[in-house]
Amino acid sequence: MGVFDPVIELGRGLLETLRSFWREPTVTTQYPEQKREVRPRYRGRHVLKRYENGLEKCIGCSLCAAACHADAIFVEASENTDEKRFSPGQRYASTYEINMLRCIYCGFCEDACPTEAIVLGDNYELSFTDRRQAIYTKDFLLESVPDANQLTPRKVDVGIYLRSVPEMKDPTD
Amino acid sequence: MTKQVTLSINGISVTVPDGTLIADAAKMVGIDIPVFCHHPKLEPVGMCRMCLVEVGRPMLDRATGQVVIENGQPKIQFMPKLETACTNRVSEGMVVMTTTDKAKDGQKGTVEFLLTSHPLDCPVCDKGGECPLQNLTMAFGPSQGRFIYDEKLHFEKQVPLGELIWLDRERCIQCARCIRFQDEVAGEAVLGFDERGRNTQIVSLSDPGFDSVFSGNTTDICPVGALTTADFRFGARAWELKAQASICTQCPVGCNTTLNTRREAKAGGDVVIKRVMPRQNEEVNEIWLCDKGRFTYHYTESKKRLVKPLVRKDEKLARASWDAATKFAAENFSKAKKDFVILASGRLANEDLFNLKSLADTAGGTAILYSDMGGGDVTAIVGVGQGTNIGKMGKGDAILVVASDLYEEAPIWWMRVKQAADRGATLIVANPRQTKLDKFAKYVIRYAYGDEAKTINDFGKKSKISDEFAKAKNALVFYGNEGLGLNGSSGLASACGELLKETDHVGKPNNGLVGVWQRVNDQGAWEVGFAPESDLEKALKGKVVYIVGADPVGDDPALAKALKGAKFVAVQDILESATTEIADVVFPAQAYTEREGTFTSGERRVQRFYAAVPAKGDAKPDFAITSQIAKQMGVILEGSSVSVVFDILANSLEAYTDLSYSKLAEVHGQWPIVGRGDLYYGGTTYENTLGLGVQLAPLSQTGKTVHIPKVRKEAALRPKEKELLAVPVNKLYDRGVTVNPAQLLNGRVGEATVTLHPSTAKNLGFEAGAVVKISFEGVNAEVVLKLDDTISAGVALVPRSMGIAIREPVVAKVK
Repeated sequence: MGVFDPVIELGRGLLETLRSFWREPTVTTQYPEQKREVRPRYRGRHVLKRYENGLEKCIGCSLCAAACHADAIFVEASENTDEKRFSPGQRYASTYEINMLRCIYCGFCEDACPTEAIVLGDNYELSFTDRRQAIYTKDFLLESVPDANQLTPRKVDVGIYLRSVPEMKDPTD
Repeated sequence: MTKQVTLSINGISVTVPDGTLIADAAKMVGIDIPVFCHHPKLEPVGMCRMCLVEVGRPMLDRATGQVVIENGQPKIQFMPKLETACTNRVSEGMVVMTTTDKAKDGQKGTVEFLLTSHPLDCPVCDKGGECPLQNLTMAFGPSQGRFIYDEKLHFEKQVPLGELIWLDRERCIQCARCIRFQDEVAGEAVLGFDERGRNTQIVSLSDPGFDSVFSGNTTDICPVGALTTADFRFGARAWELKAQASICTQCPVGCNTTLNTRREAKAGGDVVIKRVMPRQNEEVNEIWLCDKGRFTYHYTESKKRLVKPLVRKDEKLARASWDAATKFAAENFSKAKKDFVILASGRLANEDLFNLKSLADTAGGTAILYSDMGGGDVTAIVGVGQGTNIGKMGKGDAILVVASDLYEEAPIWWMRVKQAADRGATLIVANPRQTKLDKFAKYVIRYAYGDEAKTINDFGKKSKISDEFAKAKNALVFYGNEGLGLNGSSGLASACGELLKETDHVGKPNNGLVGVWQRVNDQGAWEVGFAPESDLEKALKGKVVYIVGADPVGDDPALAKALKGAKFVAVQDILESATTEIADVVFPAQAYTEREGTFTSGERRVQRFYAAVPAKGDAKPDFAITSQIAKQMGVILEGSSVSVVFDILANSLEAYTDLSYSKLAEVHGQWPIVGRGDLYYGGTTYENTLGLGVQLAPLSQTGKTVHIPKVRKEAALRPKEKELLAVPVNKLYDRGVTVNPAQLLNGRVGEATVTLHPSTAKNLGFEAGAVVKISFEGVNAEVVLKLDDTISAGVALVPRSMGIAIREPVVAKVK
């Protein structure tokens, strides 16, 4: 081993740096000005979905909470009426909370949901400055609606929204 | 002893009593045969076909009638088709196979059929998670159904069957457990089937809907989510609930319960009770619970709960520290000497009452039980013998119920007495009016109000009925306080005691006297030395009074007046009341759901209850508050450990000798097996793992000679012309502070009423439903008139705890 070996090695390393300097394209993303695209099956922050008519898909069944092995989800149910309807059927989630400090983004809640109400979205921008902020409530998780008429709760015609769980055309889907 | 039969189930040899059903025999050795319609407490019907098994019996030679032997073994002949294990009874040498391909195929097919019209809305079903249909489908069902989804039969979603129970007809599998429960066990056939075939549905046959005080039990034994309670509707999922053992505090039966709790955002993040479920104790409530016990827990979470000690300053109650409040009370108690009076009710635990009694004794005061029923001294002597179990009484036994409407006062006793009568026990009902128990009685004795003790004395003399009572193998007497005040009920208790003693029905299991008390622990209060006082006004007026667990001001204007004339009033309770308003110092106590303790039931069974939810505010358990006050008075009472208080109690009271918390927590195997993973078998009743309690031996069982205390006779009240004899009767759903906060039951409480004989009403010129004015000593009230032609003319029945203060029979006027 020669005396100049370290110097040669250093030079070779710097040469690689120099080569990369001219090479296109760069891999650095200018976050937050620029946001990186996520993969189609990316598991980010949860969203509580709505039907096209604006009614909430969530029926407060608590199966997500049961499936959650980090014990991050807390659900409380109440009864729907046609005067004050949140979701189809008799039952809706009056409280829906996810503790984001506990969540491990495994997606079991999605799998457990009988109405496809809870979906792990593509939002990865979660930050909080205290523990309380880490508890995301229903208002925060619920999808927004294009039209104020579609907000829940709302008054609906009597006897239409009778069933909580939609009849799936192809249950294997 | 019944004949024993040996058979083989899945190759395991089983020996069971003759007449046992195959499904039960299998359960005894831990083999699970799936069932829906079969329930160990109901008669077999074989409606659901879930329990299909292969059954073979030894082949008999037609000529000789002998068992055919082949290769040294009896030749077993299997039926060509599957048989139901829930309708076939065991026989000698029978061979049962529950897991063969053929049997499994049959079970699988049955599940598939049962699911043809099931809506599969488990996510929104209150039964989800503890549902036999879910469990058995997973364990025995096919993975897929072959029926077309669109062809499912749809009904309107849940409909109320009454105000307490919801029915979902889509989920119903027509097992008829609810109908059969109401017919066979509860004796109130208020449910039935309507329509036929696929349209078969459960309907209520009564008005108001599902008019039974046992309705909640049908939701326990319903194997699907067809019947659910309105109280727990969407309350929580079954797996989210925690369970803690408790005792129902609504009547002296002392039913074992389980409190299901959960932390809730709606309740501000507190742990709250979500539902009350029965807990198995075959010697007390079996696996049942009445609706009052199931739905009245709400008062413990009332907004009126006291949470801080209060001390009166400048005419107003202001918050104070525990130290200041107890010191203030202690100073006044110490000064009082002989004027110190403790007035406590049977809502308190044994330990609380014991500490209170100790304080009264040491401080030289008196301890008064807030009750208008006497005879606890008699039940301590000739109470039911150790080992009593009404569920084992039947043919050859006798039960006498006097001056009590058990249905209204202690529904589970009513049910068990009725079942004993069904099994052949001679039931004798003595009551001035018709009650629901009459239908099941062999003999009904009518007497005039005021003649209770005389009736029992006369009963002892020769007659056909008394002969049968005297010759019975075992005899129980239930006595109550219908139409009676303190003296009257004391006299009745003595008369009953004498009757039992004369007929030698004391000191043995299934023999003795039971008091149908007003509160859960009245018997315990008598045991520790409390006794009621006949002239309560006089006992309170001008005294220094320490009221615990009672609301005399709200109950009776006469007592309110007496207490306003008291020197000092300290009140210790869980809820704000009219009495706390006039108090000089108020101590917040913990409800029974928040602490540990023991109650002594009417059958003198000592049972433990446990803490299920955290205490509200600064509330403390009663025994600890008493101990803290006592300390300030220089009296040392145990105040930190409830089990130590019980140990001291056990050391000083003869009846409780050798008892301890660990002994009360002992359990032994019970039949039927319920509350384990196999909910389909017994329903959602909880298994008893935290104590069956211990029944105290009455003095007559200890071998000592006993004397029944004599009671001074009082001349019966005879009203003059144009006057009526108003007598108190008891009502299950009343306006008591523990019932009121249960909003669901409000509809069943109804108006304050007065009941008259139709002829009396006619003479007064009133018809049923009219609003009339009733007036007697210090009471003027407007009530709704009801008619009953089984009572005698000249009597007015006034229900207790309905806003009209009536402690004993009085002469009244109705206008």
